[in-house]
Amino acid sequence: MKKDVFSIVGQSLPKIDAWAKVVGETKFADDLLMSRMAHGKLLRSPHPHALIKRIDTTRARALPGVYAVITGQDLPRVKFGILPVSQDEEALCTDKVRMVGDPIAAVAAVDEETAERGTRLIDVEYEPLRPLMSIEESLGHPEVRIHEYGDRPNVHKAVALQFGDVEAAFAHAHLVREDVFFFEGNTHLPMEQHSAVAQWGPDGKLTLWSSTQTPHYVHRLLSKILDMPQAHIRVVAAPVGGGFGGKLDPFAHEIAACKLSQVCGRPVKITLNREEVFYTHRGRHPVLMWIKTGFTRDGAITGMHFRSWLDGGAYGSYGVASTFYTGALQTVTYKIPVYKFEGARVFTNKPPCGPKRGHGTPQPRFAMECQIDKAAEQLGLDPADMRRRNLAEPFVKTANHLTVTTIGLGECIDRVVEASGWREKRESLPPGKGIGIACSSYLTGAGTAIYWNDMPHSGVVVRADRSGLVAVLCGATDIGQGSDSILAYLVAEVLGIDPKDIRVHPADTDLTPVDLGSYSSRVTLMAGNAAIQAAERLRARLFEAVARKLETTPDRLSAAERRVFVADDPERGVDFAQAVVLAESVFGVLAFPGSYAPPKRAGKYKGGGVGPSPCYSYSACVVEVSVDRETGEVTPTEVWIAHDVGRALNPLLVEGQVEGSIYMGLGEVLMEEQIFRKGVHKIPSLLDYKSPTTLETPEIHTILVEGADPEGPFGAKEAGQGPLLPVIPAVANAVYDAVGVRIDETPITAEKVVKAMEGKRQGKPGRLGPERLPVFTFPEPKVVESAFGLPAEDVSVRPFAS
Amino acid sequence: MKTLLALRINGEERDVLAAAHKTLLEVLREELNLTGTKHGCELGECGTCTVLVDGAPVLSCLALPVECQGREIKTVEGMATGGDLHPLQQAFAELGAAQCGYCTPGILLTAEALLEETPVPTRDEIRHALAGNLCRCTGYTKILDAVELAALRMRRRLLGEVHPKASRADSEVDQR
Repeated sequence: MKKDVFSIVGQSLPKIDAWAKVVGETKFADDLLMSRMAHGKLLRSPHPHALIKRIDTTRARALPGVYAVITGQDLPRVKFGILPVSQDEEALCTDKVRMVGDPIAAVAAVDEETAERGTRLIDVEYEPLRPLMSIEESLGHPEVRIHEYGDRPNVHKAVALQFGDVEAAFAHAHLVREDVFFFEGNTHLPMEQHSAVAQWGPDGKLTLWSSTQTPHYVHRLLSKILDMPQAHIRVVAAPVGGGFGGKLDPFAHEIAACKLSQVCGRPVKITLNREEVFYTHRGRHPVLMWIKTGFTRDGAITGMHFRSWLDGGAYGSYGVASTFYTGALQTVTYKIPVYKFEGARVFTNKPPCGPKRGHGTPQPRFAMECQIDKAAEQLGLDPADMRRRNLAEPFVKTANHLTVTTIGLGECIDRVVEASGWREKRESLPPGKGIGIACSSYLTGAGTAIYWNDMPHSGVVVRADRSGLVAVLCGATDIGQGSDSILAYLVAEVLGIDPKDIRVHPADTDLTPVDLGSYSSRVTLMAGNAAIQAAERLRARLFEAVARKLETTPDRLSAAERRVFVADDPERGVDFAQAVVLAESVFGVLAFPGSYAPPKRAGKYKGGGVGPSPCYSYSACVVEVSVDRETGEVTPTEVWIAHDVGRALNPLLVEGQVEGSIYMGLGEVLMEEQIFRKGVHKIPSLLDYKSPTTLETPEIHTILVEGADPEGPFGAKEAGQGPLLPVIPAVANAVYDAVGVRIDETPITAEKVVKAMEGKRQGKPGRLGPERLPVFTFPEPKVVESAFGLPAEDVSVRPFAS
Repeated sequence: MKTLLALRINGEERDVLAAAHKTLLEVLREELNLTGTKHGCELGECGTCTVLVDGAPVLSCLALPVECQGREIKTVEGMATGGDLHPLQQAFAELGAAQCGYCTPGILLTAEALLEETPVPTRDEIRHALAGNLCRCTGYTKILDAVELAALRMRRRLLGEVHPKASRADSEVDQR
């Protein structure tokens, strides 16, 4: 379909749920009120690392108003985790706590206050162990073990991959740079605190309503954790009040609510308070990075060697994937003929890190784009031109066997350079003001599921009612990005009706086909393709029935403006509801499935499952900053971002995703820190954990670059994560342009800028950043031939495509 | 020990029996089922729970209902007039200013108070008025746009330039 024939796609329509949201009607999980509902509270560990010697709940049980008290002894003794390779969590710890905030017991009571009082009456005897609070401590004390499993003591995962001979590439380079960077951890900070309501019915069946981005994974794991058939569990994802990756794991409060409901025979709600949200975390890993890159005289990359050390926190979570992601997408943006990656994730006694917007890729992107900037200066090249000249090629493979399709990055760079006045400003900005550029790319959906299976990643059922209403059922979860709306637009486009004629029923494991969840920027592409397939199947039946009635053939029919009609004789036709009646009269009930799974083209090596995606989005970003040369305070004054989205199904929603990404990236690069002192989160409050307000968020100029990608629904690629990536290094590069100091670690605070400037005045290198690397020997690399430049062969396996 | 509270909420008299230490936020959500008012911290840090008391923005997580007796309390449920949305609600929906929508009620009410005081605010004035309301989804851009659009429409309505029902039709405003 060409763009000019679209009627819904490409329009800036309001989201279908916008009206409920502006009148306060949307029911988030904590808004659910049920009769007889009890309120639950978790007792959490005050120690970062300790053995649990004894738990006594007698006094809590005796408190009037308490309905139930549970500990780990009341749950099946199984460990779980979101990834099959890291089953290391307990909903309620039985023997050992590994971080402050680890849950130990749960109380259900008449109200929240009583439940909390109940938790304070539980007596726990601990035997404190030495807490390991940093990578150095964890590696330096192998005799203290946080977990019994892992690649080495306190090392969750150590990986090494090599694609071609990087040493030879360095030998042939004109310039070889080695740089070290540190990216501080930060957290998602959704405005909605996690909440779950569980109802264990007298029939032995369980329903859980939860603010989760992954109802399907919660559904699967609850069955394991509670040792009951999955068929007896129903998980409903309530509309999520902000996710960003923070609601992707199954959590203790969800599991405890289920068990408490069974014990006390009432619905039970547990809503986390803000402090608990900080400890629940699963956010951005702190990552220390070493990067060695060879450049030719004109700035082309000859080869890259990248090392990362991830401070994982107390549990596995998505950490194995996060580790691979710190090395996966370097190769997708520029030509990198040979590539080597070594990464290690280390356990520490802090809340576990996991996926946050950009999952594992903002950290290496920061390192790589800052290093390119340094190389450009050394080579006497304009950093924008250097990037522009070395773009990855479309429709080829990368060194690490990722298949790239369309690349709009060249146009993205040209557009931000033009819009920002890059060339003039590079010459003319006064001291204290600076401008910086960076680029990036990101997945449009993870190419593999987190548990191995051959089933669809996304399923949709489209059902036409004889009233003319169309119902769309899909397991996808709207976390504010507008996935429900996208499904409505796509189905409306195919059927020639208005989005208002469609009702979307999302994320209910009893009713909706599985969608794997709102993560990895996968929903628009995967659920979208499934929705198009389902709607096309429905349309085929409608056309058959209408063709019979009009005595024509289905291929001559068209659907638009709520009618089905003969394309070259539009007067001859029926309205949409009539078409449904005709088709239902011939074929019976009209309900059609659509299924989508990504093309199977993961690299054939261990770890090759992390990084593949149907297609990649691209972004280029220019930031202008003003740096106070007295105080060191960095103020981003204006941001220009161009994003290659393939096709903007709704430009308004794409802009919203881009602007939100820029904002979140600015928070990460300038102020946000998830940091700990004596085992305790230093600033677990919305006031002390600084994030940008309206006053710190500059004007953002968004440019959408479109060039339909063959993999996307009507050509669309992702928009929700990629645009966060380049703003972070762009700010760092702009700060250097403004005041001539390199801050090689985030956040770039005023204190660090002043310190670096002071150092420079004293004749030291104008750099602030990590000086040392851990003493650590990576395993022998798995050596795989570089696939750089090989053509993207036609995909042999494309499941469910017809 | 519970207290009988006589509250006036969204123009209706509501008598509530609640413990005296319960916050306005708790009474609105838990006793009156007005769950449009959300919470993000319960410590007065994020602005999510903002309601209007006698037209002024108040953090309901820090307010005691006892002190609100005899005053006019307004929540997001009271913004629309009958079936007609407030121009701010209309503009927020149209311009994508609500993504997850969780911070939206608090921001709408804060913006309503601003427009009451300052009918034609500059973008900077809007920024200052909303500085106490955190939003993690939008990057604020569409929120600022929506407040500006609503202000323009309200002004035009006041001057009788636009039919009150006009929304997307006023293309001149949309294209600013």
